Amino acid sequence: MSDSDASSPSAAPARNYLNFATTAKSWLLTLDHKRIGLLYLISIAFFFLVGGFGASLVRLELLTPDGNLLSAESYNKMFTMHGVIMIFFFLIPAGPGVLGNFVLPLMIGAKDVAFPRLNLASWYVYMTGASFGVAALILGGVDTGWTFYTPYSSTYANSQVILTGLGAFIAGFASILTGLNFIVTIHKLRAPGLSWFRMPLFVWAMYATSIVVMLGTPVIAITLVLILLERGLGLAIFDPALGGDPVLFQHLFWFYSHPAVYIMILPGFGIISELISCFSRKRIFGYGFVAFSSMAIALIGFFVWGHHMFVSSQSVYAGLIFSFLSFLIAVPTAVKIFNWTATLYKGAIVFRTPMIYALGFLGLFLIGGLTGLFLSSMGLDVHLHDTYFVVAHFHYVMVGGMVMAFLGGLHFWWPKMTGRMYFQGWAIVTAIVIFVGFNLTFFPQFLLGYLGMPRRYHVYPSEFQILHVLSSAGASILGGGFLMLYIYLPLSLFIGRKAPRNPWPATGLEWEVAESPPSPHNFETTPVVTEEAYNYAHKDHAFFEQDIVDILPEEDENV
Amino acid sequence: MSDAHSSPYLHHHFDTLEQQRQASSLGMWVFIAQEIMFFGGLFLAYTYYRALYPEAFAVGSSLLSLGWGGFNTVVLICSSLTVALSVHAAQVGNKNGIMRYIVATMFLGVIFLGVKYIEYHAKFDHNLVPGRNFQFEPHDAHAHTAPVEFELPALVASAQAQVPQMAMPAMDGEALHAEEEHGELSFDPRHLQIFFSLYFAMTGMHALHMIIGIGLMFWLLRLAGTNRFAPEYYTPVELFGLYWHFVDIIWIFLFPLLYLI
Repeated sequence: MSDSDASSPSAAPARNYLNFATTAKSWLLTLDHKRIGLLYLISIAFFFLVGGFGASLVRLELLTPDGNLLSAESYNKMFTMHGVIMIFFFLIPAGPGVLGNFVLPLMIGAKDVAFPRLNLASWYVYMTGASFGVAALILGGVDTGWTFYTPYSSTYANSQVILTGLGAFIAGFASILTGLNFIVTIHKLRAPGLSWFRMPLFVWAMYATSIVVMLGTPVIAITLVLILLERGLGLAIFDPALGGDPVLFQHLFWFYSHPAVYIMILPGFGIISELISCFSRKRIFGYGFVAFSSMAIALIGFFVWGHHMFVSSQSVYAGLIFSFLSFLIAVPTAVKIFNWTATLYKGAIVFRTPMIYALGFLGLFLIGGLTGLFLSSMGLDVHLHDTYFVVAHFHYVMVGGMVMAFLGGLHFWWPKMTGRMYFQGWAIVTAIVIFVGFNLTFFPQFLLGYLGMPRRYHVYPSEFQILHVLSSAGASILGGGFLMLYIYLPLSLFIGRKAPRNPWPATGLEWEVAESPPSPHNFETTPVVTEEAYNYAHKDHAFFEQDIVDILPEEDENV
Repeated sequence: MSDAHSSPYLHHHFDTLEQQRQASSLGMWVFIAQEIMFFGGLFLAYTYYRALYPEAFAVGSSLLSLGWGGFNTVVLICSSLTVALSVHAAQVGNKNGIMRYIVATMFLGVIFLGVKYIEYHAKFDHNLVPGRNFQFEPHDAHAHTAPVEFELPALVASAQAQVPQMAMPAMDGEALHAEEEHGELSFDPRHLQIFFSLYFAMTGMHALHMIIGIGLMFWLLRLAGTNRFAPEYYTPVELFGLYWHFVDIIWIFLFPLLYLI
């Protein structure tokens, strides 16, 4: 792809992972974690566009109370496509597949992940799964919602459930391979001196993510297999006509799919810890608490799934426990928010693009998290269940949380990945456009849901129209912001200023030791770690006197 | 890969063979942990439905062939022995031993799958495969009247009519027998479909793992045949052994759950 020739125009560049071989084969059969990370980046960027297209049609349709753009069936297919693609083919691979693959081995001073072949296989498996998803889309789409609830999905739906289910099933193995790789890499390939409590918090977050992936994903895999067997071969598992229990499906589904939101957001937490610490020029407040809160979220995350089923005939007593545990998981999450805030306190805050995203994340994720407590209250959930309140909550966590964090991380490590600086002015404007568009899109949806607008409906009473119009207007701003990313980031590969080794300057092996872009084997000699992570105390001076003057004016000329 | 390393078995991103071996071993254990969760979903569904429909599951269990199931259990335990012997042969650098015991394991695996085929085939013959053609007839097959289309009243009536001359050579399960002595079924035969669905899903997933294992053994044979193993490097054999034992243990749980209780 275009990345391969990014660094070729300049005269005699140093040998790095991008230019040491540039054939298509050297990319498609690469065992280099950095190249696999870029392959993932290109793939998820594509699927983000496809999923975003589905969302655009949904928002267009909802401009008016009547169904004048899409039929009910096509509307169902559109929101299903949006959900399936964004969750299975974008959000889940985005953290581990792109940023995890690229920076995790660099952060721990390893030459590669533990199993490079499995890592490449993971991308191919992901692409295979995603192709099934695309094939399902082309062959008529699927209308079950991303949740595949039975018996509709297993018996009654007349759409491409089997292809879509297979796609999600196969893509699951891609995350399993990545998760397995990360667990072993973190255990066995850390550089000398890099003890567990010297690891960057992004590594802790990826470790927690990988554990959830390894214990959760196989459960959705077997659940999808059972649906496919029921639908394809006529086995009786969930069919109520034969005594099967659709609620069993919901238990199995949410046993994975609730932890899956932690698979999606935990990498974001890790990124935010890196960004806040770097751009506050301070060691993160309460390192141990932030590290262990990731592990606590991974653990408790497995015991809260029942809060999706308060109104699905689940026992009230089970509901009470699930409700309590859902409140409990807010504690480690709050620990993170408080510690990030405390890191900002008296920090020397520098407003670079990644920091803009990180600060946006703090506010948006806070709203997303607190509204989650509304939904885990059993009484309130009866009112809010299956309304736009849930939609708004979920998007505040996933877009306001993970997408903001991902974009912050992408900008943060972009110089390391590509060897080029992006354009600071464009990037800051884009970040603000996304923040404004996001809030305008999803905040009205809290109100809609509270007033009773159910989700997944394409017609609605006309008194809801004003809020829907606001939301759709916000969505077009948000979409415009995302499209700007697709323009200036690729452009920076060609005309962006060459990145120094450590432009921010940040701590960590990937910044202080590895070049931008790194050499094919990351480090010429295995680095030795002698200090704790985020030791910014003695770096402030250099940052303000030298690098900031050095970097900023030139960038601004590019804008 | 072109880097100068002390051992030809060492991949470029590891420092020592020991580190590489530990990484591979940990990777396999993590993989097995996710396999346990994978089968865990099936065991959960089984446990749940068994608690809901104990009578139907008892009857379903009695319709499985205890003889073939027991035979297969013995076959699998033997294959665990042969795979352990192949790991031992690898430890002492006995190339022929590795290949001999791997072939023996493959042979036992194929026998297991063959028996599974016989059992599946019998279920098709007796219309016990869930779906449109599923029929449960608690009477002799040749005393056939109208097919019982899993409607409880019709079935009870037909069962009552047939009980006196009941011979039941194919399905002499005690639970069923007890029911029929009373002249009626105390369970809904539709639930038998759930039992057999789980039977096919669970044993099918297990068999799929065995087929993958047999495929892996071809790969091991090729590696062993080209002298890729040595006493200081036999990780693939060792980890395959772990995998095969895991598949074996799954069966050790499946057999009593499906055939015995």
